[in-house]
Order: sequence, then C-alpha cells, then structure tokens
Amino acid sequence: MADTKKLAIIASQGSLDWAYPPFILASTAAAMDMEAVIFFTFYGLPLLKKEIEAKVSPHSNPAMPMKMPFGSKEFQSINWPIPNIISGNVPGFDNMATMLMKETFKKKGVATIEQLRGMCQEFGVRFIACQMTMEVFGFEKEEFIDGVEYGGAATFLEYAADANISLFI
Amino acid sequence: MSEVVCNMELNCEGLNCPLPILKTKKAIDSLNSGEILKMIATDPGSVNDMASWAKRTGHELVSHTEAANVHTFLIRKK
Repeated sequence: MADTKKLAIIASQGSLDWAYPPFILASTAAAMDMEAVIFFTFYGLPLLKKEIEAKVSPHSNPAMPMKMPFGSKEFQSINWPIPNIISGNVPGFDNMATMLMKETFKKKGVATIEQLRGMCQEFGVRFIACQMTMEVFGFEKEEFIDGVEYGGAATFLEYAADANISLFI
Repeated sequence: MSEVVCNMELNCEGLNCPLPILKTKKAIDSLNSGEILKMIATDPGSVNDMASWAKRTGHELVSHTEAANVHTFLIRKK
C-alpha cells in the first residue's frame, strides 16, 4: 500500500520502565496497519534476549511513585517516601521495586514485556539489533530470540529516512 | 436501535492499554469483510483509542455504548 505509514524507534534503554514504550508503540502501530521497526542499541539490546531480565531502579528515577499493589485502597494510595540512602544502598531494593511494579501492572491489566514483544513479532514489527553494541558488550546471536535482523546506523537510517514517525527512547 | 448481528465477541474487561487494541486487531483479522465484532472493555482510555484505531485502519466503529463503566464497541470490518 502506497500510503502505509511508517514508525521508526530506537530503543536505547533496558530497564523495565523504559522497555515498555518501544514495545507498546510498535505493537499498536502494527495494529493500526502501520509498518514498524525497532532498532535496539546500547542498553536496549538485552530486550532481545530470550529471557528478559529488565528491572526498575527507583534510585535513578526520583519522581517514581513508590506504592504498594496490595492492601486497602487507602494503603495502596500512599506514596512511600524512600530516602536515597535506602534506595541506593539496601541490597535487593531494585528487586523489590521490580516485583512491586510487575505486580501492580498485572493487577491493572497491563501486558508483560514478553507479551508485547511477542505481539510485535506476530504483527510483523521488525527488530534490528545493533551489531556494534553486540561486539562491545559481548552478546551472541544465540542469546537472542529468533527473527532478529542485525545491522548498524545506516541500516536504521535507510528505513527511518522514509518514516513518518521517528522516536529515540 | 435495531439489533445488530455480531459475528464475534471479544471480552477485554480488566485489560489496559494497549491490549484491547491489540486483541481487537487480532480478532478483526480473523473476520471477513462486512462482519461485525463486538468488543467489551473497562479501560476508559479505550474510548478515544478505539476511535483513533478505527479512523486509522478504516474499519467502521458502528457504535459505542457505556453502562456502569463497561464500554461496548461494535466494529464492522472494512
């Protein structure tokens, strides 16, 4: 189709919170009959691993609400003030925050990253892994899911040159 | 309102953005042109999202009704 709209996304971040926007937008674009490409580079590259280990770090997100996904409505609405000395130093704090975020998302009916990534692939979204980042961080193709293309800046730009929407995330 | 015959029903109650849209896309793909999909959602964001999705894809949003925070959409496949 001549007037098919195109979405080009660079996914450069690999934490759980930053993993959502590329997969949400690309899957929705495909559902809206657009073409979509996600170029995974730097810290975004591990999002192509078979097992996604993305976590969230409240220490590096000062505005992140810290709320509990259980208990009474009043309890759940409390935004817990966590001092930096705790969020940055207590072992396992990121694991706990990750667990809470995943639980909250599940309760609110938000898809998991794995689910969104699967739907992207089902809908024909193209995933391009940055070859240079592969070399730099020592990733092997065997660690990644099937159906990934490999390329560099020029590969992305060739597609993005004709894109209607280009996002760096 | 005259009764519309639905060819398929999709329940997206409890699901949040963008799942209702993604599931609607999958469901509409399995229908034939002219057939009607009934989609039920509780995500308040789905009201604007469904309108945008229909506008973009060309499928017809025949109707949207709301009762007790449950939204019912009828979509005719183009």
